[in-house]
Amino acid sequence: MVLQLKKEYTERKRRSQNLAFWLFRLMSMLVVGILFVILGFIIIKGFSVISWGFLTKMPTEGMTSGGIFPAIIGTLCLIVGSMIFSFPVGVLSGIYINEYLRNGYTVRFIRMMTNNLAGIPSIVFGLFGMSLFVNTMGFGDSLLAGSLTLGLLTLPVVIRTTEEALLAVDDSFRQGSYALGASKLYTVRKVVLPIAYPNIITGLILSIGRVSGETAPILFTVAAYFLPKLPTSIFDQAMALPYHLYVLATSGTDITKSRPMAYGTALVLVLLVLVLNLAANALRRYFSKRVKMN
Amino acid sequence: MTKIETKDVNLFYGEYQALKNISLSMEENSVTALIGPSGCGKSTYLRLFNRMNDLIEHVKITGEVLIDNEDIYRKGINVDELRIKAGMVFQKPNPFPKSIFENVAYGLRVNGYNDKSMIEETVVKSLKQAALWDEVSDKLNKSAFELSGGQQQRLCIARALANSPSIVLMDEPASALDPLSTAKIEELIHELKKNYTIIIVTHNMQQASRVSDRTAFFYLGELIEYDLTVNIFTSPKKTQTENYVTGRFG
Repeated sequence: MVLQLKKEYTERKRRSQNLAFWLFRLMSMLVVGILFVILGFIIIKGFSVISWGFLTKMPTEGMTSGGIFPAIIGTLCLIVGSMIFSFPVGVLSGIYINEYLRNGYTVRFIRMMTNNLAGIPSIVFGLFGMSLFVNTMGFGDSLLAGSLTLGLLTLPVVIRTTEEALLAVDDSFRQGSYALGASKLYTVRKVVLPIAYPNIITGLILSIGRVSGETAPILFTVAAYFLPKLPTSIFDQAMALPYHLYVLATSGTDITKSRPMAYGTALVLVLLVLVLNLAANALRRYFSKRVKMN
Repeated sequence: MTKIETKDVNLFYGEYQALKNISLSMEENSVTALIGPSGCGKSTYLRLFNRMNDLIEHVKITGEVLIDNEDIYRKGINVDELRIKAGMVFQKPNPFPKSIFENVAYGLRVNGYNDKSMIEETVVKSLKQAALWDEVSDKLNKSAFELSGGQQQRLCIARALANSPSIVLMDEPASALDPLSTAKIEELIHELKKNYTIIIVTHNMQQASRVSDRTAFFYLGELIEYDLTVNIFTSPKKTQTENYVTGRFG
């Protein structure tokens, strides 16, 4: 017997199919739409204040004119500083977890802890950084204290990404290396890591983006309200873009006058993250090409 | 001369016993085929000889595994050294993401050799031995991933040979390859037999009968029958063996 298609049912199936399709499409367009609205808003409001002077000058007249140069430099310093701390610690412990421990209670425990670490609100990190780095260790409000705090914040992301990147490396590569008499360390260095690099780098991109945008962790540890000079050592305070934005928008000397400056700052912050992402992506492509060759 | 011998070897993965009292010995410069249905323990048995089973957790081994009359599981044995003596070729070609040259040179570099002319010499010799030289001599610096599957597998053989092993362990080396590449690998095994002791795990009955001198039939972790390949395929003593080689199960 040939199965008869029920016309009504087919019709209904087609309609619900269409409905679902449109719903999904609408939602994804909404996402893109929101992004464009935000970006457009910032660009329209902020573009007029962006100039060479805005990027390279100190803020003047109670931050209602001049530029945001020290905040840009401050944020760049914090990115580099937190990277110096979190990348080696995170990547090395990721390697340890995935290549040396593999399974068992210790791994599960460490994983649970890193997940918990990732769930801690960033303001709590700020408070912790203030208590440990600023007060107890006596670094004071400084780039060092801020970088360490931001580094702590991104640690879980770095560990997680490293782990996942290593997990994605097919075990047959490791076995092939061991079978030739290679040690674990040699195998990790010469075979596993080169394959995992591109994915590790992608994860690091994410953490850089996060570092440049966080306000809470730097609030008590490094950020200066107004400091029209560049930091000269790691024990100096510094301005930073997100905190500067907050100051301009809420507590400047003249909020209406500094409003355009706030939008300009927001635009610079967004562009900075964008440029970093693009650069990191280029790096990632470069690495994945090199991996095949070496 | 006996090259490899196992005496009453038992292997457990936790509670599960994967090998049961396996005793057999293999001659130098011969090819031994290990056959049997999936899960019969033949790959596990193969991995005894370069101690790759060590990489799995909760493995317990009893009995003796002798290579050149030396127990390779006694305390104080250098596993890296053992793995140089017993090279391995895997089921799926697994060249490293490096150039063809560097793939073959890997084993030498692992072991601290960095004399350039010596490495070059060995790489060329190994590629020739693996019957790959003519196809890759003009692109040694290209990525190994650009080679076909069959070429990659011969590269992996060359990589193992570069360490000048005396034993080559092959774990279904042709199962992922097309018939033509398979024929090439089999031809190569014939050639290598002159200088190496070869153990090959295979699912392919014809392959076992074509390449091996002796065949061991495993079933559920037990060695059912071990004899000259001719005998296994023409006049097996056990009915289980007969059923398997004639394709009645497995």
